[in-house]
Amino acid sequence: MTAKNHGHTPYINNMRPQDILTPQPAGLCCKPGGFHIDPVRPVARAVITHGHSDHARAGHGAVLATQETLDMMRLRYGDNFARSTQAVAYGEELRLGDVTVKFHPAGHVLGSAQIAVSCENTRVVASGDYKDAPDPTCTPFEVVPCDVFITEATFGLPIFRHGDAADQVEKLLASVALFPERAHLVGAYSLGKAQRVIALLRAAGYDAPIYLHGVMEKITHYYQSRGVELGEIRPVKGMKKADLAGTITLAPPSATSDVWTRRFPDPVTAFASGWMRVRARARQGGIELPLVISDHADWDGLTATIQATGAGEIWVTHGQEDALVHWCKTQGLAARPLDLVGYGDEDGGEDETASTESGDA
Amino acid sequence: MNRFAELLDRLAYEPGRNNKLRLITNYFRIVEDPDRGYALAAITGALSFKHAKPGLIRDLIAERTDPTLFALSYDYVGDLSETVALMWPKSSERPLHNNPPPPTLTEVVTTLRTLGKTEMPRQLSRWLDDLDETGRWALLKLVTGAMRIGISARLAKTAAAALGDKDAHEIELIWPGLSPPYLDLFAWLEGRGEKPVNLDPAPFRPVMLAHAIEDADFANLNAADYIAEWKWDGIRVQAVSGRDAQGQITTRLYSRSGEDITGSFPDLLPSLHLRGAIDGELLVVRDGRVQSFNVLQQRLNRKAVSPKLLKEYPVHLRAYDLLADDETDLRDLTFAERRERLEAFVKKLGDPRIDLSPTIAFDSWERLAAARRDPSGAGAGEDSEAVEGVMLKRRDALYLPGRPKGQWWKWKRDPHVIDAVLMYAQRGHGKRSSYYSDYTFGVWTGAQDDAQLVPVGKAYFGFTDEELLQIDRFVRRNTTEKFGPVREVVHEPDQGLVLEVAFEGLQRSTRHKSGVAMRFPRINRLRWDKPPREADRLETLERLLKGPVLPEPAESGSD
Repeated sequence: MTAKNHGHTPYINNMRPQDILTPQPAGLCCKPGGFHIDPVRPVARAVITHGHSDHARAGHGAVLATQETLDMMRLRYGDNFARSTQAVAYGEELRLGDVTVKFHPAGHVLGSAQIAVSCENTRVVASGDYKDAPDPTCTPFEVVPCDVFITEATFGLPIFRHGDAADQVEKLLASVALFPERAHLVGAYSLGKAQRVIALLRAAGYDAPIYLHGVMEKITHYYQSRGVELGEIRPVKGMKKADLAGTITLAPPSATSDVWTRRFPDPVTAFASGWMRVRARARQGGIELPLVISDHADWDGLTATIQATGAGEIWVTHGQEDALVHWCKTQGLAARPLDLVGYGDEDGGEDETASTESGDA
Repeated sequence: MNRFAELLDRLAYEPGRNNKLRLITNYFRIVEDPDRGYALAAITGALSFKHAKPGLIRDLIAERTDPTLFALSYDYVGDLSETVALMWPKSSERPLHNNPPPPTLTEVVTTLRTLGKTEMPRQLSRWLDDLDETGRWALLKLVTGAMRIGISARLAKTAAAALGDKDAHEIELIWPGLSPPYLDLFAWLEGRGEKPVNLDPAPFRPVMLAHAIEDADFANLNAADYIAEWKWDGIRVQAVSGRDAQGQITTRLYSRSGEDITGSFPDLLPSLHLRGAIDGELLVVRDGRVQSFNVLQQRLNRKAVSPKLLKEYPVHLRAYDLLADDETDLRDLTFAERRERLEAFVKKLGDPRIDLSPTIAFDSWERLAAARRDPSGAGAGEDSEAVEGVMLKRRDALYLPGRPKGQWWKWKRDPHVIDAVLMYAQRGHGKRSSYYSDYTFGVWTGAQDDAQLVPVGKAYFGFTDEELLQIDRFVRRNTTEKFGPVREVVHEPDQGLVLEVAFEGLQRSTRHKSGVAMRFPRINRLRWDKPPREADRLETLERLLKGPVLPEPAESGSD
């Protein structure tokens, strides 16, 4: 893959990876293909990796994404979120301008994709957000061999090792057993994390109804409609306080410290996130039961993936770029931070929408 | 070790006392001997071994990780043990299967006791290889002696007692005779063995505590049934002397929760040369005058006591009860009878460092109220600065552990009160995590026409549930800025919330911008009626200050 093709037109000859994909204020721009990947400002043609709101925004002209990602955008923004849309399946190859584009599973959330952009003999893979850990709610991550790998670095420090999510769910269930008179409130990002936690609870044999904060209902039902088995799900709205003793409710992180929690009997506040690995982070948020469950690759996952792609050059974006760039260099890989702005980490950001909607959710 | 680590981990995040108890009791229930006994010892601070220095931990991680990655990680986490626990690389030489089981707490504790200094690094790295993240964190906290998890010895004993439906007092009574891993204690708690006997010649006896009296209580109380004393602003101690098997006098000082604090007060021990158990107040007395609590604080929570400290802060015991006289247990006598025995005992000791807590003469509640208002005119004289109210004890009260109803009352002097302005509010923890319940308040300083608010304290109780709701609503509607869990609340001369803050005392502080620190501040009243411009000024507080600048106080517990 790394062998460059010499000959052909001078134009192709001069094609460097940074000419194929270039960071711009609007996002990662593919000039020869005439599109942006996950643009943060409205553009003519957008290719979207996954449905999280910092990557999938409304107001673009044409949007190319997986069917699930398009559906999620429609759920969030309404039918007119873009002028036109085109659904693409994993493994399907499309010609866009002078490049070919191919979507591969990213294992991050339902419908999430890495986007391989090839121009002549050079292939650049923009991974969006990804994880190599098992997740019953989405298609498993796939390593895509390439010349340049663009990796996220949300958990790009060697202190972040997520471990087995099933152990964290055991911890939650042990707490529910020890405090049957209290409600357990699990903060989890509405898209992806919440459904994964539910699926993990089911896999652990928990078959009682699981309650949901109002803002999560639509997206969770969507997961179910795509064949993800989540068991009995109930809205928490309208439940009597006493009846919530011994139950598990999922809510957006910001709602777990909100007035909304007053409807629960002496709630135990849990939070499912990779950030929970760091004690100060958990304490700051007033979390009583931190659950280290992440939809991003941990340090070991990031470094193993980088090596598996065979890429000789690594571009590092959103997160702890410095440490990962440093590590790449110690491995003899060319690496640089990619200055892209506008991408948050879904668990870390203040999700104020949830708290404003929560009054009655 | 991993189960102990899980317990510590969970306790570190759990704010509620009862929930902490549940977690610890549950651990004692599911974990077998001797692991649980060593856990009890670790929590109560009863383990002793040479602690590992942070430098050793740094060396271990430096051998295994890239220095740049370590620096970035340490910078992010901010805690050495935690960074090392999280970064520790999985040992690659180790086969994936047939790993040795991780070390038990027993293995760790017993090994540490005998481990030579040179063997420490290798042993520690072997354990770190075998444990998971939480296990490594707990191990490092344990070996560096930095296990601050907010669990008192008393709470751990209460949790153990719950295992056998016993009272924590019973464990405190026999505790000095027990040692890790407490096999006999657990056997008794689980009904498999006899109650262990305390063979300590100078055992602790659980203390009797007083209820705070309310105005309405007086209607049902008869002044003639009570003896009154000053409530001294020192620390409650129990001084016990006994004879050991060799006939030697052994003397111990205990805190009110039964912790042995003998080592901090060697200057008092020679005075306690008669067998017996005195309940009293530890005070600093200079030139015959009782010093304030601020002065006494110089002697608290110190492991080593310098001769200079002993000379400048001489401690003194003001005796108010006698629990044992020679061999005889007096706790079944009435207070009036014990008081007589105490008077004789103190006289026999004949030591200027130990004196009797004087009684206050009164024949009606009105007379006592007058004495409380003006202690110096009612017998406390120049010591009145160190009086924080009066104590009422029923003449016929037996010495009962805990806080029995209607026997002893404390009637604290009225607190100082100021009007301050709410400046910042922070979300609480546990049950209060959805409420802004921790308040930083300030008073005015600077010229009248250009006055600024300067924070003078923080309070998170004193208000009713209804008032909490009102303040919470006010905070949410009047936020000017957010800093994570903290909100800045509007505090302008004409806009803001005035809080009437009550506090027990004031001292100079180098830590606070205002230069003062309040003791025991709480929200007394909400002054919705008062515009912030009419709140108090810093000068009002400064007038209350007397005495020298003192370094930050050690943890206190005065009643």
